Amino acid sequence: MNILILALLSGLVFGLGLSLSQMVNPDKVLGFLDISGNWDPSLALVMAGALTIAMPGFHWIRRQPKPLLDNEFHLTPKNQLDKPLLFGAALFGTGWGMTGYCPGPAFANLALGNQEALYMVISIYAGFSAAGFFSRKN
Amino acid sequence: MQNFTPVSALLGGALIGISTLILFWFIGRIAGISSMMSGLLTASGKNRQWRLAFLSGLLIGAAIWQWLYPESISLRHDYPLSLILCGGFLVGFGTRLGSGCTSGHGICGMALLSRRSIFATLTFMSSGLLTVYLIRHAF
Repeated sequence: MNILILALLSGLVFGLGLSLSQMVNPDKVLGFLDISGNWDPSLALVMAGALTIAMPGFHWIRRQPKPLLDNEFHLTPKNQLDKPLLFGAALFGTGWGMTGYCPGPAFANLALGNQEALYMVISIYAGFSAAGFFSRKN
Repeated sequence: MQNFTPVSALLGGALIGISTLILFWFIGRIAGISSMMSGLLTASGKNRQWRLAFLSGLLIGAAIWQWLYPESISLRHDYPLSLILCGGFLVGFGTRLGSGCTSGHGICGMALLSRRSIFATLTFMSSGLLTVYLIRHAF
């Protein structure tokens, strides 16, 4: 039960952060990606602000024996660069540039009654399903 | 650069950083939103519940902000639906294949200095920049 409350709280703070930084606004994101246009560097500072907190925080937390409410840290053992990682990231960036939405802001926009975001989230789930099918075949 | 909002960007980013630390410190999980979204379909039991709780919190956080500052949020209209549908599909397909998105790779993975996440972030940033350049300036 405590785990669920903390996960909810974490999500809530994430939603506030996306809203305060205006990353819920896809035009703001496209303004960052449009480097040769009227460039808006805000997204870079969102990442800088997040990493300034997260980098020392993760470093310290990883030296703890285990999380406060679980028995282990859930991290992928993968370390190799491979084709699915880079090809997948390239496709994701293409879709991000076409829309201005990455998954977090797209999902958060559902709370704002944004019909466009509803189509976006449905399309994301179609992509998830196709990727699941694709990776089962290979 | 008249749209640049450095203070709210840094502070909002700091909140996102705090959010990822809460999740990792208390329950040992990475705040990767593409994985949480796809996990709603594929995971079960406790593995599904914490994802559902986080995503519910994400909706509540965004809704609280809209309630407090309704004038700060303007929804986009008349954006081509074909771009949303195709782009959304690529976002879903690409984040599954590439094991993460802006939150999981770009923030958590980078904060952990993961080699995979650093290269994934450089890759999706580059293809995002290229795509917007092609859409806005090449055609």
